Amino acid sequence: MLELEGVTAGYGGGDILRGLDLTVEEGAVTCIVGPNGAGKSTILRVISGLLRPRLGSVRLRGASIAGLSPRTILGRGVVQVPQERSLFPTMTVWENVRMGAYTVRDRRLVERRMEAVCQTFPLVAERRHERAASLSGGQQKIIEFARALMLDPALVILDEPSMGLDPKTRATVFDTIRAMNLAGRTVLLVEQNARSGLRLATHGVVLESGRVRLEGTGTAVLNNPEIGRLYLGATA
Amino acid sequence: MSLLEVERLSKRFGGVVAVDDCSLSIPKGSIIGLIGPNGSGKTTVFNLITGFIPRDAGDMRFKSRSIAGLGPDRIYGLGIGRTFQLARIFPRLTALENMLVPVRRAGMGGLLARAQWGHEKTRAMAMLEFMDIGSVASMLGGALSYGQRKLLELAAVMMAEPELVLLDEPAGGVNPALLERIADHIRRLNAGGVTFLVVEHNMGFVMNLCTELVVLAQGRVIAGGKPEDVRANPVVLDAYLGA
Repeated sequence: MLELEGVTAGYGGGDILRGLDLTVEEGAVTCIVGPNGAGKSTILRVISGLLRPRLGSVRLRGASIAGLSPRTILGRGVVQVPQERSLFPTMTVWENVRMGAYTVRDRRLVERRMEAVCQTFPLVAERRHERAASLSGGQQKIIEFARALMLDPALVILDEPSMGLDPKTRATVFDTIRAMNLAGRTVLLVEQNARSGLRLATHGVVLESGRVRLEGTGTAVLNNPEIGRLYLGATA
Repeated sequence: MSLLEVERLSKRFGGVVAVDDCSLSIPKGSIIGLIGPNGSGKTTVFNLITGFIPRDAGDMRFKSRSIAGLGPDRIYGLGIGRTFQLARIFPRLTALENMLVPVRRAGMGGLLARAQWGHEKTRAMAMLEFMDIGSVASMLGGALSYGQRKLLELAAVMMAEPELVLLDEPAGGVNPALLERIADHIRRLNAGGVTFLVVEHNMGFVMNLCTELVVLAQGRVIAGGKPEDVRANPVVLDAYLGA
């Protein structure tokens, strides 16, 4: 579905990504792990159009998206749920989810999507009138997922979805990602909770210094002893 | 002997009771983990101890002296350092300059202290190298990744040589392999006399590091004790860990 080839990108102080090649297969959960500063979030910024690559190509279903605006890329079906909380705190849950379809003109289509999203995430209907800020961290993350699905995206990008969540909530969030994938969504995930992320993933990618160090099935990466020692730690 | 005593502390935000009659005792030389579900009041406890928000009721004593009602700068000056859940660094200073801010505050920036200043720079670089972020020492804080900011903040707080450090989710967004090294470093600092109070959801990290745990739920202490006992406590399993 998505192909990055020879991507070089950075923020002015040097390149973070250095000739990166990465493929995201349709219907897969791809999980990127790696040290801090390896370029994981930078990849996501390049795909979403928030950072223009200096070199290389980014193709979505065969069409180049490198250098397009974030809005255009969004219109092509790539949505991103950022690392930090991103709901509008003073707006209700319902208003926040509707904002996900801000670019959709067809009101009936928006209503149909709201219904579909409420079926996938009952929390949206249950808490519809409450202000987003009154929800717990995990609930807010689930509402962010719901908002992302309002565009019926081809690719859902999640930047560290489990960060700051307690163990029970974290399990719920991972279950939700699994359910989104089973419902047909392609998911690209960056996760420092590396073992849980790779367990969930069909495809695992280890990033180091802006390049892919190793890739394979989630289980193969998880069970690679060298990768385990270098990147996954013993306790996570 | 207790380094910090928190006694019957309470805080409300409008109709929400964030911290409810909470008492804690942090012995000198310990590493205490403060755990609990999202929204249980852990960060509010940190904000109360460090003077970022005023308490509604209760008392807090650091080295037997009441710190209730003091501002964050006074409490910091007495020897309580902290980090934040979302790292707070100076985005327009380099990573190395960020490291030197706590030292400058401590009065090392004057001309007379030039030799000492050079020593502090060396110490700051060594700390950055240890945290695996030595290569970004000259980059602006604002250009660092989320995880790198967390590491920088943790490194910077140690520069002021506090006696008690409150760490708010030090593992959040940090690579697991590096976490083990951070845990080792915290243990070494602890052996050198620094006491830690740690809020963290990564149970592997907490179990491995902490000498005792305190569990909060809805602003109240619901359990406490040795990590292995707390982990097996049915009340904690139900409220926090899940089956």
